[in-house]
Amino acid sequence: MALKCGSCPSMTYSTLTLNGAKLHALGSGALWYPDAQILTVSDLHLGKSERMARRTGKLLPPYETLDTLTRLTSDLETTSPKTVICLGDSFDDRLAEAALPDPFRTTLTQMIAGRKWVWIEGNHDPGPTELAGTHLASYSHGPLSFRHIADPNAGAGEVSGHYHPKFTLQTKGKSITRAAFLYDETRLILPAYGTYTGGLRSTDPAFDPLFPGRFSAIMTGPTATAIPNCQADKT
Amino acid sequence: MVKLPALFSDWFSQRGWSLHPHQADMLDKSQDPSLLLIAPTGGGKTLAGFLPSLVELADGSHTGLHTLYVSPLKALAADIKRNLRTPVEDMGLPIRIEDRTGDTSATKRKRQRADPPHILLTTPESLALLLSYDDAPRMFAGLQRVVIDEIHALAENKRGDQLMLSLARLSTLVPDLRRVGLSATVEDPGAIAHFLARHPDPCPVLWAEPGPDPDISMLETSEHPPWSGGGGRYAIPAILAQIKAHRTTLIFHNTRAQAEIFFHHLWLANDASHPIGIHHGSLSRDQRERVEAAMVAGQLRAIVCTGSLDLGIDWGDVDLVIQVGAPKNVKRLVQRIGRANHRYNAPSKALLVPANRFEIVECVAALEAVKAHDLDGEPRGPGPRDVLCQHILATAAAGPFQADALFAEVKTAGNFSSLTRAQFDDCLDFCATGGFALQAYDRWQRLIEREGYWHLRDPRTASAIRMNMGTIVDTETLKVRMKNARGGTPLGEVEESFAATLTQGDTFLIGGQIVRYEGLRDMTVEVTRRADKRPKVATFSGTKFATSTQLSQRIMDMFRQPDWPDLPEHTRSWLHLQRQVSQLPQAKRLLVETFPHDGRDHLCVYGFAGRNAQQTLGLLLTQRMEEAGLDPIGFVASDYATLIWGLCPVTHPAQLVAQDGLRSSFNQWLSGNAVMKRTFRSSATIAGLIERNTRGGRKSGRQATFSSDILYDTLIKYDPDHVLLQITREEATRGLVDYGRVEDMLRRTQGRIDHVTLDRLSPLSAPLFYEVSRIPIKGKAEERMLAEAAAVLSQAGLS
Repeated sequence: MALKCGSCPSMTYSTLTLNGAKLHALGSGALWYPDAQILTVSDLHLGKSERMARRTGKLLPPYETLDTLTRLTSDLETTSPKTVICLGDSFDDRLAEAALPDPFRTTLTQMIAGRKWVWIEGNHDPGPTELAGTHLASYSHGPLSFRHIADPNAGAGEVSGHYHPKFTLQTKGKSITRAAFLYDETRLILPAYGTYTGGLRSTDPAFDPLFPGRFSAIMTGPTATAIPNCQADKT
Repeated sequence: MVKLPALFSDWFSQRGWSLHPHQADMLDKSQDPSLLLIAPTGGGKTLAGFLPSLVELADGSHTGLHTLYVSPLKALAADIKRNLRTPVEDMGLPIRIEDRTGDTSATKRKRQRADPPHILLTTPESLALLLSYDDAPRMFAGLQRVVIDEIHALAENKRGDQLMLSLARLSTLVPDLRRVGLSATVEDPGAIAHFLARHPDPCPVLWAEPGPDPDISMLETSEHPPWSGGGGRYAIPAILAQIKAHRTTLIFHNTRAQAEIFFHHLWLANDASHPIGIHHGSLSRDQRERVEAAMVAGQLRAIVCTGSLDLGIDWGDVDLVIQVGAPKNVKRLVQRIGRANHRYNAPSKALLVPANRFEIVECVAALEAVKAHDLDGEPRGPGPRDVLCQHILATAAAGPFQADALFAEVKTAGNFSSLTRAQFDDCLDFCATGGFALQAYDRWQRLIEREGYWHLRDPRTASAIRMNMGTIVDTETLKVRMKNARGGTPLGEVEESFAATLTQGDTFLIGGQIVRYEGLRDMTVEVTRRADKRPKVATFSGTKFATSTQLSQRIMDMFRQPDWPDLPEHTRSWLHLQRQVSQLPQAKRLLVETFPHDGRDHLCVYGFAGRNAQQTLGLLLTQRMEEAGLDPIGFVASDYATLIWGLCPVTHPAQLVAQDGLRSSFNQWLSGNAVMKRTFRSSATIAGLIERNTRGGRKSGRQATFSSDILYDTLIKYDPDHVLLQITREEATRGLVDYGRVEDMLRRTQGRIDHVTLDRLSPLSAPLFYEVSRIPIKGKAEERMLAEAAAVLSQAGLS
């Protein structure tokens, strides 16, 4: 059941428990761990449009960095975390980081100031090198371990990103597809937080080794909607 | 008067033919810079178009390309090649004729650019591609004539807009180029002539003698048509009897899905085992070609088809056309009828089969319009600028250009003759920099200006530009194949959204077969053969045409009659009952009924504005109802009415449908609407902002692609005046949104609203309750539906 967040009436979240840790999956796509005051976001893909222009000549509307950072600012204001973990692919590539316009660099610097900030390495970027914060391949806190790509052999409590999961719910009359958190007793995969990020259907075979049995989904959006006990599609 | 050379007149007399007057006229005026011929189907149109070329080429002195023939269908190009072979071979003319379409092999295409034939038969897309290469000036040097077939069909869509920009380019390369357009009968030849000619050249219009009036009537059946639905299944026994009584029957349907269902049931009832085929745009090329070949060979007694057989290909001896479902548009009906009896001076025979009770009224109105030669059509307005953006990029791919020269050239296209410099500059800026309020791409501009010439910054992007050319934007579709170790037979394609609803074991209809869904592999739907009585029906993107303004007007005129002796008794009494308990809609007033039904309050608005506009009206009204706290739940739209249901009764509908309120809602609504997003996706693809899905080239669904909806939302939020949003709003006045017709309806009724309160549903609203495409309300309602669906799932999970 979707709950209203006390300090922020416009945002809802859905709760889940992973390896004993009580977590809030926010409608924005961020993960809030209230007991440890940790906010986790994954796959920001900042600078995506710049990279597309550079590599393919496609001139996408260059507003995704502004939009992603605006949403992140809002989540930071709502939760005031002590620690922020970016689960990798924070920048679309290293050149995109170098090309980050100054105002955005300032915004990021202000966000990082006064709290612990962990950049996990992704497959697109090894973690921004010029920004403050700690750069790590993986990170652990209490019962949870954080890495970019899920490890099929990881123990319980793994939080990762990379796959940009999305979930389709058949409702009467139409199907609704949204970026989604996917989880079972062992692991949680976060949706991509970046504005220009596509998604991988929860039925994709890539998820089979990660969720061998049933899994649950929480769809992002104005209301975080929990879909418990999905049958992994093995067709 | 140009005299026909002896070689030709001998050939004509050998075959016992004589030149039709319009063919002689065409020869006579063959030196005019532009010429439009209006001729009915079977009027020797093609020969009239080609005769001057054959005569000019007869002495063998011309080298290189002489005549370019452009048609909207690949199949038509192949057909013409076959038909021209006879006179060329019989008279031993030294003329090389080749076609060039998307199906032509790469080697042959390359050879054609180096050594073009005398006559090249092609499509608008292939021509635009040819012009995007730097060797275009050499290839087209010496070109004398361009013949555009079925120009009435091209003038209705963006393919024609693109073609006219290509012709503007050709006329710059070859200033003496002569243009000839061949058209079926249309309501406004002047508009087609303006479209065809190099602006401001004059364009004389020649008329072939119209054939005799068609022999057209409504099919009589013993069974009554149902209240609603589009299948026409009730008429199958009567249609089988007609098939038996004729040589070859074409059975037209308005949508591909309907054609599939109908074919399935026709086949089940086909006890005499007549050879019957199915043909529509979602079937694989193999399948379509097999049906076409069987038809040419005279092996088929009937073909169930859609608009894919609309245009004038000569496929055998059709002697009856059956239209199942209301024709929606009189002009298209007349063109379809022309498919029967492809011979001049013989009346075409056609039967209309209304699929439901309301369509009987529409069919009768259409029959009257055909008899009165009253064709319909909406003026199209200026050429769309997404097509211009694509043309600018294609021009850059061919080589450096000057902005002033390109602007002047574009203005010679009739459909772009009113383009302003500012509008052009916006498009050029979009192509060069993206045209964003935030100048982000100084380093990565796509086009850069050097010494007055615009170049591609990176010449390698030329091939990407070519890959993205064309103005037809498909909905996302997936191929369907038989499951088989070696790939399996391709059957056709289904929409991705339909494929997403399938689970293993589901059965559905495609190409007249029932197949079982086995799974998805490499973005291909794998199926096995399976006999099943109740298959699902695939949804297809085939355009849903809205009933034309004229036909809607005729229906409302019919409603004013005191009685309807032409209508079958059941329909007649139905209309009388409506008049008794409520009223019949009138053209200058807007009828609104409110009544409770099934525990919910209903509101029915009879706008007669066509399906798309009625749907837009539904979206606008429900938005206003939501704002007013009237809790609308959903609505359904047909060609003549919109039915809305909700939790609260609407006591003052006049306020709801007031013009000013609707207009301001429209502007607000544009931003968040799904239909608008589809419109944006299409324009953004044509303009080159997003890449079309190249078949098979799609990544395996990973993070690589994200939906165009995200780009739309981002632009609306950060750059609301961006040129692509301007274009999207322009597009919204027609097509899927069709807001222009909502405006027309508001102007027509001028706030004269008749509100009728009833205690139960009215006779005229009854069919709407059977309509299938019900639309739930977005926004709050979507969250509500998510919560409800999730709650059901949770409970199921707990139990």
